[in-house]
Amino acid sequence: MLSYFLRRCLNIIPVLFVVSILAFAFVHLLPGDPARMMAGSDADPATIAMLRHELGLDQSLPVQYLTYMGKLVKGDLGKSLRTKTPVFQEIKQRYLPTMYLAVCGMVWSVVIGVLFGAIAAIYSGRWQDYTAMLLAVSGISMPQFWLGLLAIQLFAVYLGWVPVAGFSGKFSELILPSFTLGATVAAIMARFTLSAFLDVLDEEYISTARAKGLSESTVLWKHAFRNALIPVVTMIGLQFGFLLGGSVVVETVFAWPGLGRYMIEAVAVRDYPVLQALLFLYSFHFVFINLLVDMVYAVINPEIRYT
Amino acid sequence: MAREKTPFTLFCYKFRQRKTALVAGIFIVLLVLTALFAPLIAPYDPFQTDYSLSMQVPSLTHPAGTDIYGRDILSRIIYGSRISLAVGLTSVFVGALVGVTLGLLSGFFGGFLDGLIMRTSDVLFAFPGILLAIAIVAILGPGLVNVVVAVSVFSMPTFARIVRGSTLTLKESLYVRAARSIGASRKRIMFVHILPGTLGGVIVYFTMRIGTSIITASSLSFLGLGAQPPTPEWGAMLAESRDYIGVADHMSIYPGIAIFLTVLFFNLFGDGLRAALDPKTK
Repeated sequence: MLSYFLRRCLNIIPVLFVVSILAFAFVHLLPGDPARMMAGSDADPATIAMLRHELGLDQSLPVQYLTYMGKLVKGDLGKSLRTKTPVFQEIKQRYLPTMYLAVCGMVWSVVIGVLFGAIAAIYSGRWQDYTAMLLAVSGISMPQFWLGLLAIQLFAVYLGWVPVAGFSGKFSELILPSFTLGATVAAIMARFTLSAFLDVLDEEYISTARAKGLSESTVLWKHAFRNALIPVVTMIGLQFGFLLGGSVVVETVFAWPGLGRYMIEAVAVRDYPVLQALLFLYSFHFVFINLLVDMVYAVINPEIRYT
Repeated sequence: MAREKTPFTLFCYKFRQRKTALVAGIFIVLLVLTALFAPLIAPYDPFQTDYSLSMQVPSLTHPAGTDIYGRDILSRIIYGSRISLAVGLTSVFVGALVGVTLGLLSGFFGGFLDGLIMRTSDVLFAFPGILLAIAIVAILGPGLVNVVVAVSVFSMPTFARIVRGSTLTLKESLYVRAARSIGASRKRIMFVHILPGTLGGVIVYFTMRIGTSIITASSLSFLGLGAQPPTPEWGAMLAESRDYIGVADHMSIYPGIAIFLTVLFFNLFGDGLRAALDPKTK
């Protein structure tokens, strides 16, 4: 087990390397000269040349890459072109709100998704099954930004139960955005739980459990449900990345002070140090989430460890 | 003697069994007709502004109401179907074309090429589609064409994987070995013998992907990265409606229904196709 974990950890080093090169190269694909953009359109060539030197843009790409990575390790992500504040500070402020959103969204989607999937499996072929799966396919077809707008309309504007938008640290502000974010994943989870559950119900040990006279509820909950949850657990990890991506849209709808909205703002004004830093941050998260998923899977499923 | 069941009649039989998929298919045909004949169907010019009619609630003359500039929302939704269908279909088509080619090459030749293509698709897979699309739009700049490029890029890896998988199986099949033994060229084996065999999975994924692509494309427009005003794009229309929630609710309801139903029916249609092409279902 330990050697598998160690091997898996070593495996991510080349992946991280490739991802970091991509995130670094990304900014150099952006059209336009960053120094010229920073200096403004009416700057004279001397100012631009000075800025270029200051930013290290007059050096070769490998040198620039190493300089950037060196600073990155020390927590220096450069300065925002727009606000001139250190990108690290800006990201630090926005990191937790996004994580709250993603984690709460995941709670919604696991609770709703597993519940609906289990109901559909237990009542397979009956109206409960059809209703749950119709809701699931609707959930997958629902654009998050529209669901968010409808939720604001109903729960915030008309019923007045929760605030319309924004986040100042109160739990009530988290309910609508996290539900909106979690809805699509809940639908995916429901379909996934259903098929995992049905697969398990086909297994021989379920027939055995029934044959030895256990009550149907014991068979379903103690034998089937627990085993059906194994693939669902790995699904949680895989979908977490999807939630982080979806937060870009949901944060924009709810004026959420998180990383996703920051990214959209940065794209709009081509604030390239911010984009670069966010790309690094997001991709490192995805790499580590995948690592975590593999490890959890190894713990749950011994077969995988020895391949 | 009973009529022999060809795979196609079997497919038709199974597909008709699924009522939802059939209904979805009819809706999609209607939607395509709406898009094609938008100028004939739309009651008003989608760009015609009239400030005296700003934010009218739905009525007989304006069934879906008017927006802040007094434009007829129903007409804008009808014209919007052109954009959503065009963007959804084109982006999946381009993604499929490139993905299928790469998958075929990858599976057929193996070795270094295979490794390169599959590792690249691994990296693309690691990113959620919408973030990848935003990054691509950030490079290329906002606009509908760039949205199509962005959305097709993140459709490619799955197509490549599906085709690679079936190519690997088909490469060792008896009829391909037979073709090789009578001296068929590699090109002929790839395109005439292997490619058609991989298309079943491609068609299913193609339909499943259209819905996702329409959602992603309209999300990008909602975020201001895709269609720019005054284009009657559904996502962009919803973005315009945001400031009038609680004031003019119809503005944010009808374009959303249009996206939701379109995507829903494409998804139901895809589910039906998958079930009908799956040999395990009856």
